Amino acid sequence: MPIEVLLVEDSPGDVRLTREAFGEANKSIHLHVAVDGVEAMAFLRREGAHAHAPRPGIILLDLNLPKMDGRQVLVHIKEDPSLKTIPIVILTTSEAEVDIERSYQLQANCYLSKPVQLEHFEALVKSINDFWLTKVKLPQQGKAA
Amino acid sequence: MKSIGGKGTPTEVLLVEDSPGDVRLTREAFRDANQSIHLHVACDGVEAMAFLKHEGTYANTPRPDIILLDLNLPKMDGREVLAHIKEDESLRTIPIVILTTSVAEVDIVKSYQLRANCYLSKPVQLDEFEALVKSINDFWLTEVKLPQQREKG
Repeated sequence: MPIEVLLVEDSPGDVRLTREAFGEANKSIHLHVAVDGVEAMAFLRREGAHAHAPRPGIILLDLNLPKMDGRQVLVHIKEDPSLKTIPIVILTTSEAEVDIERSYQLQANCYLSKPVQLEHFEALVKSINDFWLTKVKLPQQGKAA
Repeated sequence: MKSIGGKGTPTEVLLVEDSPGDVRLTREAFRDANQSIHLHVACDGVEAMAFLKHEGTYANTPRPDIILLDLNLPKMDGREVLAHIKEDESLRTIPIVILTTSVAEVDIVKSYQLRANCYLSKPVQLDEFEALVKSINDFWLTEVKLPQQREKG
């Protein structure tokens, strides 16, 4: 059974690295990419071109995004009864305590900072696979609350 | 990489668990994985809340960096503990990992509804249980950025 992962990320380089690292770690991942916050919400609400988008099992969310920023996306998802159970992993370059604290306040499920080194970034994506997509029990896909 | 366990500061973990066997297994697995963990144990939900609110004999307890919470507990059950913590402004940022024998979808969904940070089911096999505790250490206490300890008031 495929695992649907939504990556919300505006950096093409980081998208490519994430895709490659997941590809090596787990063949059953379907990685969907939204390049800004507006597109992420359209995907989740199946609007416009995203009418047939699957419900993601997990969301990887950057904080600094064009159009609608990650903090706003986080608020919208966690305020929506039909979306709030989807785990959200913050994946950002920021290590600022204010961003960490605020993200947990806004109900992020966990906060990871992107390592600068390439091999560390790949290892981190692999650890997301090994923990979140292997060990953790996610709410069943397709089941709105 | 900065990790809270790696800078000489101990990582405070609160385990809320009523099974002495599981407490012992968890303690041993953490000890093997990470020497800087201080594991605190509350054996029911009332004790967990007293620990977190520094009540009674818990006046000088540290704020945990992370909480491992069983769902089925005496006195106050894990769902109630979860709801209390996530409704409390000063406690809600502490990540809560549900660690329970239940694999029922209703428990999984309800836990995420109540803002559990993640849900893990306890494996029956001993070596798998140990591996799961190690994976909690390797992910949550090594990779994840936890909110800095901050006492209320």
